[in-house]
Amino acid sequence: MIQEKKQSGIAFVIGASSVGTLIEWYDFYIFGMLATIISKQFFPADAGTAALLSTLAIFAAGFIVRPFGALFFGRLGDLIGRKHTFLLTLVIMGGSTFAIGLVPGYATIGWAAPILVLILRLLQGLALGGEYGGAATYVAEHAPKGQRGFWTSWIQTTATLGLFLALGVIILIRSSQGVEKFSAEWGGWRYPFWISLLLVGVSILIRMRMSESPMFTKLKTEGKTSANPLKESFGNKGNFKMVLLALFGAVMGQGVVWYTGQFYAQSFIETVCKVEFIQSRNLMLWAILMATPCFVLFGWLSDKVGRKWIMLIGMLAAVLTYRPIYKQFLSLTSAKNRIEKIDLAKTTVSEPKVVTDAKEATKIYVTQIFDTAYTDGAHFKYTKTDTLHLTAAYDANLKIDTLNPSLIVSKSVKPNVVIEKTMDDATYWNLIWLVFIQIVYVTMVYGPIAAFLVEMFPTKIRYTSMSLPYHIGNGVFGGLVPFLGTLIVEFTKSPESPMGDALAGLWYPIGVASVCLIIGVFYLSNKIDKNVMD
Amino acid sequence: MNAIKKLLGYVWMLLAPALICFLLYEAVQKISAANEIQKANVTLQWVIILLVFTPICVGFFIFGKYASANEYAHLPESSSEIE
Repeated sequence: MIQEKKQSGIAFVIGASSVGTLIEWYDFYIFGMLATIISKQFFPADAGTAALLSTLAIFAAGFIVRPFGALFFGRLGDLIGRKHTFLLTLVIMGGSTFAIGLVPGYATIGWAAPILVLILRLLQGLALGGEYGGAATYVAEHAPKGQRGFWTSWIQTTATLGLFLALGVIILIRSSQGVEKFSAEWGGWRYPFWISLLLVGVSILIRMRMSESPMFTKLKTEGKTSANPLKESFGNKGNFKMVLLALFGAVMGQGVVWYTGQFYAQSFIETVCKVEFIQSRNLMLWAILMATPCFVLFGWLSDKVGRKWIMLIGMLAAVLTYRPIYKQFLSLTSAKNRIEKIDLAKTTVSEPKVVTDAKEATKIYVTQIFDTAYTDGAHFKYTKTDTLHLTAAYDANLKIDTLNPSLIVSKSVKPNVVIEKTMDDATYWNLIWLVFIQIVYVTMVYGPIAAFLVEMFPTKIRYTSMSLPYHIGNGVFGGLVPFLGTLIVEFTKSPESPMGDALAGLWYPIGVASVCLIIGVFYLSNKIDKNVMD
Repeated sequence: MNAIKKLLGYVWMLLAPALICFLLYEAVQKISAANEIQKANVTLQWVIILLVFTPICVGFFIFGKYASANEYAHLPESSSEIE
């Protein structure tokens, strides 16, 4: 009976903490996933300073503000308690997300739009920096002995489920509204931001019913809480040593594996392999859905065999298989390995569509779609747009095919070609499995890490001490995977090879994970701390 | 094992400044290669990266220093050892 009560108690703790953390991740991701529309609405590229603010919003929120949030809220959590601190982060995150959805576009309010969005995005980063450490600490401090890995692994599912929720909501709204309506100034892209208010509201109500962590309450009653958590965390050599070990021996590797498996994979499939928007997102959803239970599996396993080797095997697998996996992505989505249909007209060509430039009446864009069908069921769509300069304004009553060539002053040497590939079922599922494998690596490195970090630090400075390495590892090392990956690909471009080596970007996560693996193997302990009460 | 930990400590100490130099070099290269429209944006990106990575590299150097001094030969088993 008592055991049952204990189990339902911890289940409530997990549920209440996880829902809030999941929503915070959802809030943080929707901004990133809608970045293209957001930059169009708030940060137009032809308005130079607005583009600068966009860079600040994207870079600063993830790389600078998250670690500061970790320090600020971590300190607060060690001073006033876990419960109130992570309630506060939830309110800030939910409020700022909802507010982003209310800010009118640059076209309506000018400079105020990017400035407001930047401030709100920074608040989001700050709140996220404070949330995770609090939730992980709170759950770990409630978990029964010998089950810390299992119970904290539920918190670990939230980042991935937050991504799942964000992807799902965006796809649903975009599919029901159509691209044009979705991307308009007050279009459907704002709904995911507004939905956040409802989700956060429910989560706040649940969290208000929670009680403070028993370990923190005990410390507080005994008057043993830290007077200066920042000084004790980073000014005390004994603890600082462990902060550095946590960062370089575990979290930085985990961060790059996490971002490669869930973000770089999606971006690679979409921008390099050119798989069309909905299909590339749907396959991520399937892979995430199938791999998510592994967080709990590896969390549970870490209670039996220790945390260290599970995390390090995940990193090793990533280091060894990333290049073959991404090579396979390229091969599966290539036209080379396919046979064009010969019984039907293999390529259908649409009627050319002409659009006149909004600013120059003599400049027109001629778009034509070529759709190639393959025997395996795949379709590759090429949308080719030529830019033409005419001697006079284009007469919309004329057909572009019959346009007198003498009217054309110049034509773009290199037309803009957008490729969208719709994969056949077999290839689609092969892609899902390849992403699934990468997310299993994510679950190996991420599932046990909350318990691992909690066990490294004393209760009175735990929130502060574990939050900083976590957000540097994830936010900085992980968050830079797309940027540095693209940068490395740029290095490989040359006049002989204008596309460069598409796989070169993987050297960044492979390099960071390798260094982390070596440090982890030699310096980390596999011992499970039985007593986290101290 | 402790000898390897110590030896690797020196490697981390060398790697940290090498990383800062590499990032500085890349920053200068990328900023000077950017065209007038992109220049301010590229500069901002690299300033942020340098601002964030420099303290991390300093931390990595300190980690190497601790490792080379065999500070990680024994990891604390209770909080009293940390305090």
